Amino acid sequence: MQNELKVVSNATCTYCGCVCDDIELTVENNHITKAKNACVLGKAWFLNHSAGEGPVARIRGKEATVEEAVEEAARILLEAKFPIVYGLSDTTCEAQRVAVAIADWVGASIDTTTSVCHGPSGMAFQGVGEITCSLGEVKNRADLVIFWGSNPAESHPRHWGRYSTMPKGLFIPNGRKDRTVVLVDVRRTKSAPAADIFLQIKPRKDFEVLWILRALVKGIPIAESDLADTGVSLEQLLPLVEKMKSCKFGVLFFGMGLSMTRGKHLNVEAALALARDLNEFTRFYANPMRGHGNVTGADNVVSWQTGYPFGVNLGRGYPRFNPGEFTTTDTLARKEADAAMIIASDPMGNFSQAAREHLATIPFIALDTKETSTTRAATVAFTTATYGINVPGTVYRMDDVPIPLRPAFESPFPSDEKILRALEKKILQMQKQKLEASN
Amino acid sequence: MAITRIIGGKIYDPTNGINGIVRDIWMENGKIIAPPVDPDSVIEKVIDATGRIIMAGGVDMHCHIAGPKVNLARKMRPEDKRNARHILKTPLTRSGTVGSVPSTFATGYLYAGMGYTTAFDAAVPPLGARHAHEEFQDTPILDKGFFLLMGNNHYALQQIAAKEPEKLKHFASWLLDSAKGYAIKLVNPGGVEVWKSGGANIHEIDEDIGHFNCTPRQIIQGLTQTAMDIGLPHPVHIHCNNLGLPGNWHTTMATMDALEGRNAHLTHIQFHSYGGEPDDQSKFCSKTIELANFVNSHPEITVDVGQVLFGETTSLTGDGPLGYYLHKVTGRKWTNADTEMEAGCGIVPITYKEKSFVHALQWAIGLEWYLLVKDPWQISMSTDHPNGGSFLAYPEIIQLLMDRNYRNEILQRIHPRVLERTSLKDIPREYTLEEIAIITRAGPARTLGLINKGHLGIGADADVTIYNESPNILAMFELPFFVIKSGKVVVDKGEIRLQVPGNTLYVSPSYDHGFVPGIRKWFESFYTIQFENYAVEDKYLSGDGTLVPCVKK
Repeated sequence: MQNELKVVSNATCTYCGCVCDDIELTVENNHITKAKNACVLGKAWFLNHSAGEGPVARIRGKEATVEEAVEEAARILLEAKFPIVYGLSDTTCEAQRVAVAIADWVGASIDTTTSVCHGPSGMAFQGVGEITCSLGEVKNRADLVIFWGSNPAESHPRHWGRYSTMPKGLFIPNGRKDRTVVLVDVRRTKSAPAADIFLQIKPRKDFEVLWILRALVKGIPIAESDLADTGVSLEQLLPLVEKMKSCKFGVLFFGMGLSMTRGKHLNVEAALALARDLNEFTRFYANPMRGHGNVTGADNVVSWQTGYPFGVNLGRGYPRFNPGEFTTTDTLARKEADAAMIIASDPMGNFSQAAREHLATIPFIALDTKETSTTRAATVAFTTATYGINVPGTVYRMDDVPIPLRPAFESPFPSDEKILRALEKKILQMQKQKLEASN
Repeated sequence: MAITRIIGGKIYDPTNGINGIVRDIWMENGKIIAPPVDPDSVIEKVIDATGRIIMAGGVDMHCHIAGPKVNLARKMRPEDKRNARHILKTPLTRSGTVGSVPSTFATGYLYAGMGYTTAFDAAVPPLGARHAHEEFQDTPILDKGFFLLMGNNHYALQQIAAKEPEKLKHFASWLLDSAKGYAIKLVNPGGVEVWKSGGANIHEIDEDIGHFNCTPRQIIQGLTQTAMDIGLPHPVHIHCNNLGLPGNWHTTMATMDALEGRNAHLTHIQFHSYGGEPDDQSKFCSKTIELANFVNSHPEITVDVGQVLFGETTSLTGDGPLGYYLHKVTGRKWTNADTEMEAGCGIVPITYKEKSFVHALQWAIGLEWYLLVKDPWQISMSTDHPNGGSFLAYPEIIQLLMDRNYRNEILQRIHPRVLERTSLKDIPREYTLEEIAIITRAGPARTLGLINKGHLGIGADADVTIYNESPNILAMFELPFFVIKSGKVVVDKGEIRLQVPGNTLYVSPSYDHGFVPGIRKWFESFYTIQFENYAVEDKYLSGDGTLVPCVKK
């Protein structure tokens, strides 16, 4: 075996929403042996990567050619009355664009993993707007950084170092020393030791605390009794409010601890409104801590093609948006969907039992880089190449900044985009034939 | 090669001095050609345009149709689309939503359906350039490009403060080349940076921008000169300070004065033409006459209008403090999105009402501009889509300009104080079809430096719109008979017949690579992405991409 050594500089890690693009990969014989600059999660992502195994395509568990599988997939989607397309957050924008096109051609619902993470944040945004910024603004200007319902030490390990608490910036010459870091959560997580102030609130009291902070910012008197059962006291909140009003640039990063606990979009609305209100006094921002490497790209692609960010139904020949009605967990749990295509996601592994049970009863297509409980149960399964490691393209960082991918080596498997393009072509061909036959 | 011939149409081609003459048009390989002399030429297609009017495809020189802030506006406003018309999927075309900020495919179809074949997004932050290009790839039929935000770019401000015009020129060239942009855009020069550094704004063009130690005047002069020195096809594109504020006409006048004879384009000038005092709405009035007089005596200046139309729309702007101002005025939801080292952004829903004095005044001031600028080559039609209204209102504006009775009918209906605070009722001028052809295609193409667009001369791009001649101006311009893009019929009586991708129009000015290490050092100190990952690759171009050359005059 020849010993091929390659170094890929400025590679992009798509493991989490930080989308760090400064990774230096050492590649030996189609295996990544070093991932310089990557965090523990990124190292695991790169170093443990191995090209998927097994056949590129399977129909009902039996090995098939890509052509056969594409044809079967097209037939499933075209015969369905209520097909759904779901996933998308771990693939390139180039693939996402084709997935939305397919949903359009077959009249499917198109939905992404946003609907089970920051979907409520998207709805809150629609309610009150949002005061947001790219992460470099935080690096260069933020002197007050608040994390709420987020545990970056474990979920986004390089967020602090690259963007939010540690880096020196234009107006933050001393980095961490120039910043106050606050953590608000229901438990003392591994992120707590790194914060100057840690507020432990009672579970499911996020909305109450945020709303009281809004009142205090506006100078509305609050009694200690109003804070009963929240886990925090006025003594703790008043200095924080003072800091929020007097900082030069404050930012509130909120995680799924806010968007996916009781109150959901109302919690996030409270956070967005609090940040907005503070602009009476200073500049203040609120940014979501997004999880998957390109979930932000999925929001963007679905939005520019349909006008709505997730939970979109194309069944009437034009886009309609209604979270709860057209979001995937719901269409499955209510047994409405009669076929599905799952791209780069594992709903069989993480959806509710009702949703999983229904998905198991309908024909569906799965694209993934490895075998999962979803690909195992799929009627048609494709093994695809991994974005960022094998596939070039575009991803969007959690702050909507688009970043290119520099793959390390080629995979024996096709990209999601390639499979989806073949499927789109087949669907259009079959639709044309049907149209001509009926004329 | 296959030749298409359009016969019998009445041609309005002001660039070539053709004003309502019946003549045939020949097209081959996407270009207008001379009538073939070779008797063996194969005429593949003949289009009968007898009794119809032919113009070049429309050119929108200032709209917001792609990129980060446009997409934020889409995400923020589901309610804007709920009751709006929608675009149905066909076997050939994609579905879409409309409202004030249409989805990408819808944008392409709607422009083309209205006879427009070229459009420019007016404000893209370089860090979001890749996003704008991706959306362009999903915006079919149109040729399109964007202006790159530079008026609050830190590196540019530093070079202006340090009086380093050479560094500024090479930086601007590098930035345009990296982003595959088309022109230099200033938005509230200096003011957005002041907003980002603490929440204030700039109100005078000689006010100092705190930590950057320069003034809006210096930014305006520096980047205007830079655009000319690079030889960009379009001069600097200026959104002045103080947009929307009563009394801002002083700032606009001072800005035009500061140009000192340099070429420049002042955009959505309607929003910058207000008399009165910032704190006293009762004195709000039009100062169009004063400003238009200045433009009339300065042929080096061009403007587009930013016409306000009554109804629901979305204000989306690179002018961050303006977004906050509108949020405070309207009390409606507000999005602000700031981009490191480069730019700002504000988004607020807005409803223009006939009975609102301010809104009615804005409507009238826009029309005054069209009617008071004597040379139509100096003024382009725009609504600053979607800020003043949707681009779909262009036929309505044409009717307002061509039909004085219609205009006065509406003037009688809106807030009565507008009659006394503007000169609109006293202006008898009605636009001719030739003048309409100038302000909707020939003029903007010339202002943009697009020598192959906006006209039907030999060698021009074969982008052609055929209208049904009709006394019903609105119907005529809303629904062209045929729209031809690059020599191919793309729209037939409102229906999309062919979906071509359309090309991205961009510049690639040369620069001295000796300046790059300095830029890189600055970049690596402050940005959060890698320098190598910043420049947009060729694969992001829509269609084949069209590189427009820079020529120093």
